[in-house]
Amino acid sequence: MENTIKITIDGKVFETSPGKTILDVARANNITIPSLCYHPRTGVLNKCRACVVEIDGFKGLKESCGIPVQDGMVVKTTSEEIIEVRRMTVDFHLSNGEHNCLSCERNANCELQDMAYDLGIERPVFVNEETIVPIDDSSEGIIVDRNKCINCGRCVAACNDNVMHEVIDVGGRSIETKIIFNSDLPLGESTCVQCGECVQVCPVAALTFKNAKGKGQIWQLEKKETVCAYCGVGCKIDMYLKDNKWVYSMGTEREWEDQPNKGMLCVKGRFGFDFLDKEDRLKTPLIRKNGKLEPATWDEALDLVASKLTTIKEKHGPGAIGFFASARCNNEENYAMQRLARGVVGTNNMDHCARLCHSSTVAGLATTLGSGAMTNSMQEAHKSDVILITGANVTWAHPVFGGVIKRAVRKNGVKLIVVDPRSIDLAEIADVHLKQKPGTDTAWLMGLQHIIVKENWIDKAFIDERVEGWDEYVKSLDYFTPEKVEEITSIPKQDLYEAARLYATSGKGSIYYAMGITQHSKGVDNVRAIANLALITGNFGTEGTGVNPLRGQNNVQGACDMGALPNVFPGYQPVTDEQVREKFAKAWGIDPKSMDDKIGLPVTEMVNQAGDSIKAIYIMGENPMISDPNINHAREQFEKLDFMVVQDIFLTETAELADVVLPALAFAEKTGTYVNTERRVQISEKALNGPEGAKTDTFILAEVARRMGDASFPEDAAILHEEMRQITPAYHGITYKRLSETNGLRWPCPTEDHPGTPILHIGKFTRGKGLLTPIDWRPPSEIIDKEYPLWLTTGRLLEHYHTGSMTRKSKVLNGLVPNGKVEVNEEDAKEMGIKNGDMLKVTSRRGSITIEADVTDRVMGGVVFIPFHFAEAAANVLTNDTLDPVSKIPEFKVCAVKVEPAV
Amino acid sequence: MPKIKKKSSLKPDQIIKIQEICKSFDNDPGELINVLHKTQETFGYLPKDVQDVIASNLKISDGRVYGVVTFYSFFTMKPKGMHPIDVCTGTACYVRGAEKVVDEFKRLLNAKVGETTPDGKFSINCLRCVGACGLAPVVLVGDKVYGRVTPAGVKNILKEYQ
Repeated sequence: MENTIKITIDGKVFETSPGKTILDVARANNITIPSLCYHPRTGVLNKCRACVVEIDGFKGLKESCGIPVQDGMVVKTTSEEIIEVRRMTVDFHLSNGEHNCLSCERNANCELQDMAYDLGIERPVFVNEETIVPIDDSSEGIIVDRNKCINCGRCVAACNDNVMHEVIDVGGRSIETKIIFNSDLPLGESTCVQCGECVQVCPVAALTFKNAKGKGQIWQLEKKETVCAYCGVGCKIDMYLKDNKWVYSMGTEREWEDQPNKGMLCVKGRFGFDFLDKEDRLKTPLIRKNGKLEPATWDEALDLVASKLTTIKEKHGPGAIGFFASARCNNEENYAMQRLARGVVGTNNMDHCARLCHSSTVAGLATTLGSGAMTNSMQEAHKSDVILITGANVTWAHPVFGGVIKRAVRKNGVKLIVVDPRSIDLAEIADVHLKQKPGTDTAWLMGLQHIIVKENWIDKAFIDERVEGWDEYVKSLDYFTPEKVEEITSIPKQDLYEAARLYATSGKGSIYYAMGITQHSKGVDNVRAIANLALITGNFGTEGTGVNPLRGQNNVQGACDMGALPNVFPGYQPVTDEQVREKFAKAWGIDPKSMDDKIGLPVTEMVNQAGDSIKAIYIMGENPMISDPNINHAREQFEKLDFMVVQDIFLTETAELADVVLPALAFAEKTGTYVNTERRVQISEKALNGPEGAKTDTFILAEVARRMGDASFPEDAAILHEEMRQITPAYHGITYKRLSETNGLRWPCPTEDHPGTPILHIGKFTRGKGLLTPIDWRPPSEIIDKEYPLWLTTGRLLEHYHTGSMTRKSKVLNGLVPNGKVEVNEEDAKEMGIKNGDMLKVTSRRGSITIEADVTDRVMGGVVFIPFHFAEAAANVLTNDTLDPVSKIPEFKVCAVKVEPAV
Repeated sequence: MPKIKKKSSLKPDQIIKIQEICKSFDNDPGELINVLHKTQETFGYLPKDVQDVIASNLKISDGRVYGVVTFYSFFTMKPKGMHPIDVCTGTACYVRGAEKVVDEFKRLLNAKVGETTPDGKFSINCLRCVGACGLAPVVLVGDKVYGRVTPAGVKNILKEYQ
C-alpha cells in the first residue's frame, strides 16, 4: 500500500496519507472549508452541505467531510456554485428561529455567524417567525434554545456515540424537526446527567452553560489547560477564565485522541469549580487561642508548627509525630511531605487516604504480581473480548471511563459481566449481572475459578510458564462449589457458571474493580482472588487484558508513587533497605542514621494511637472527619492529640479540630504533576491566582522544614520533581520538559528516551512469576442479626465527590443533588412501611444518622446504600472501623444496620 | 441506556404482547420500524409507555424510538377513533376540493386533523394518494372507500356510522 498520496486543492499540491478526508487535508493546510455539522469528535453526519467542494471527475458538489482522499484528486473549494449552496444553507438556517447575535453567549464564537460573515449575509431572504418556541431552562446546568438550533446533529452524535448517555435524539419531521431529550421531555426532567458534551460540540448557541451566562464572551476569556481535580481518570480540561475567575470548562480538544478523556468531561469536571472562588476559602493562617481558632500571621503559624513538632520530637521521639499526605495534592507536594517526615522529622509515620481506598490493592497485587497499579490503560477497553467489572460504579465514580466501557460494549460488542449488589447503570447493558450479598466477594471470585478449573477453561501454557503456587491454590478451590457459593452469596449457580464461561472462554478478558472489592476486612483476599482469576486464564501482558484497580482520586496513584506510605520511599523503594535509605539521605544532605529504619504506622493506626504513642498529626488536604470509618471514634482520638496541624483550602470538619490551620492553594492555582489511574503522569500548569494569603503546599512544607533546621529544603515544584526523579528509577525518564511536550508519560519510564509503559507484565511479571494464592472463606466482620437486620454499603454519587468540600460548594452540583439519601429496596420498604421521601433513622452499633429515603430497585433486597459525601448525614458515623489484617483498610463497604422512621 | 424511572400505565399482558412482537423480530434494533408497525397494528397507536417497552427490548434509547414514531406520519401516538377517517389530500384530490371536505369533517366533528373525537368514535387524518385518483376527492372510513365526495356529502357519510 502506498503511504503518501498527492492531492491538489485550489491549485496547490499537498502530500498526505490515505485514510484522511478532503476536509482533513484542507484544514491541516490552512485552507478554510466551513462545516456546520462535521466536528472532529462527532464525525461525518452529512446534514449541512456547508463543506461542499468540486472534485474533478465527480458529478455535482460533494461534501468534503466524508470523502477520503485519493491519489491525484483535484479539488476546488470555492466557485460560484459552491458559494451559492453555502449561501442558501446559511440563509435557510437564519430564516428559521431567532438568531440574534447581540447578546448571544456565542457571539464571536459561533460557526453559523462565521459563515454568515464570510458570505456577507446581513439579513436572511426568508423569515419564518412561526417557528419561535420557548427556551428550555429546566435543567441545572444547560440552557436549551431551539430557536438557535440548526439541527446539525452534533449533540445527538455526541450524546449517543461519545459519552454514551443516549438522551438526545431527533424528533418530528420537516419544519417540526427538533432535538429531543428522551421522549421529548424538558431537559431537567430527562435522564440527562449534565455532562455538557452536547454544549461543547454545539456550533451555535442552541445549547449553552447556565453558569457561564453573561459572564464573558470568548474574546474576553483566557484559556488554560489543567488536569481535573476530581476522580482518577485524569481528564484534561480547558478552563476558560475571566479576571482570574473560572467561567466554564471544556474538555481539551488539542490532540484530543491522545488525551485520557478524548475531549469529554463529566458533570463534576464541567461544573465543579466554583469552589475556587468561594468567599469561605481560607485566606490566613489560624492558631487556636483559648479554645478558638484566631487569625495569625504566617510567621507566627509556621514558627509554632516548627517549634511544637521539634519539642514533641525531642520529648517523645520522631515516632510520636504522624503525617497525612493527600491523594488530592500533586506529586511534588506529596514528595515534599514525605521528605519532611523522613528527612527532617525522621519518622515513617507517613500515609494518606489511599489507605482507605486501595491499600488492599497495593498489598494484594504487590505480592502476587509485583506492582499494585493498573496493569493496562483505559482506552484498551474496546480491545477486550470480555470485561468483568466488580465493586466499581464506573459511570458515577469514573464517569468518562464509564462512557468508554459503554462504548466498548454497545459499539464494539465487548461482552460485559457486572458483579455488584446494586443495579448500577452498567448492569443494564451487561450480559450477566451477578448480585452478591455485600462482603461475600472472595466466595464468588473463587467460585468462578472453581468452575473454570473444573471445566478446564484455564490457560495451561501460561500457568506452566509464568505462574507459581498452583498446587496449594487449587486445593483451596475445593470449598467453593457452585452450591456453596450460592449459599454464601445468593448468586444462582447457573448465573455463576455463565459468568465463568463468558470470562474464561470469550478471549481477552480484563477486570476493572474499585472500592467494592478493597474496602473490606478481607480486602487483600478479594484482590488476591482477582489476581488468581486473571492468572489462571492468562489475562496479562497483552492489550485488553489485565487486573485494573480504578483509582478514585486525581492523584492517588501519584501520592503512592511518591512514597506517601509508611513502608516505601518514592518509586516503592522499601524504607527497610539500608542502601535505599543511604541514597535518599545523600540526596537530602542528611545523616542516614537520623532516618527511621522501620515501617511506620498507617493512617488508621495513627488515629487509633492518637494520645498514646502519637502526640502530633500533620494533615495536608484530607478530611478524615468525614472520610474515616466510625467518625465518632475518630473525633475522640483527634481530641486526644497534643498538637494537630491541618493544611487545606477550606475550614473542613477536620480543620475545625486543629491547633494550627494553614491556608493552601488549590489545584489550578499552582503547577505540578498528577498521575491518573492508568499510571499516566501529566503536568498541570498554574491557571489562575488563588486567594491572597494562601500558599502552595510545597512552600508551606519547605518553610516548616527550614524552621526545623533543613535550610536546603526546596519549595519550587520543578526542583522537587527533578530531585525526586534522580532517585526514583520508575520516574527517572519523566522530566517537566517531556511532560510539557507530550500528553503524559506512563511509568515505569526509566530513561529520558523511554516512551513509557502502557502495559505492565509483558513477558514477565514485575516479581518474576505470578503468584497464585490459596484463599479461605471468611465472612465480613459484622453480620446482620435480629437487632441490625440490614446490610449497609456505602459509595459515591455522580454529582458529588468525597467529603463534599469542593462539590457541595458548586451551584450546579449541589443544585442537582442537595442532600444525601439512603437507597432502600422497594420490597423491603413495603414491608417496613417506608415511602419515598420519608425521613429515616439509620443506626449501627457505632452511631446513627437521620436521612431521607430513596425507595428504589437499584439496591437488592436486604441491603441499603448511603453515599458518604454528606456531613449532615455522614455514612461514616455508621461504618465499621475493623481493619484488614494485612492492608489495614477499614471495612467501609459492609456493616449491619437497622432502619426506622425518624421521630 | 438511561431508563426513566416511572410506573408504566400498561398492564402486564400488554407488556408481554409487546415483548413478543420485539422477540419475533429477534429484538433487532434494525427492525424498529417493523416492530412499530406490528405494535401499532395490535394496539392501534404508540403511546410513550409502549415506546419505552420497545426501547428497552431492542436495547435502544427511548429518544430513538420517539424520533422514528414522530418522523413517520403513519405512526400515531394518539388512539385513533373507532371509525378512522382518512381524507386523501394528494394532488388529484386536492385540486378537486379535498381541503373543503376536510374542513367539513372538522366542522361537523369539532375536531382537528390528527385528533379523535372525545367519544372516541371518529378521528380525522389526511393521507397522500390512495391510487384512486379517478374518484377524487377520495375519503376512507376504516377500509371503506368513498369517491367524488363533496362537502355536502360529508354529513351523509357520517350518518352511516352514527
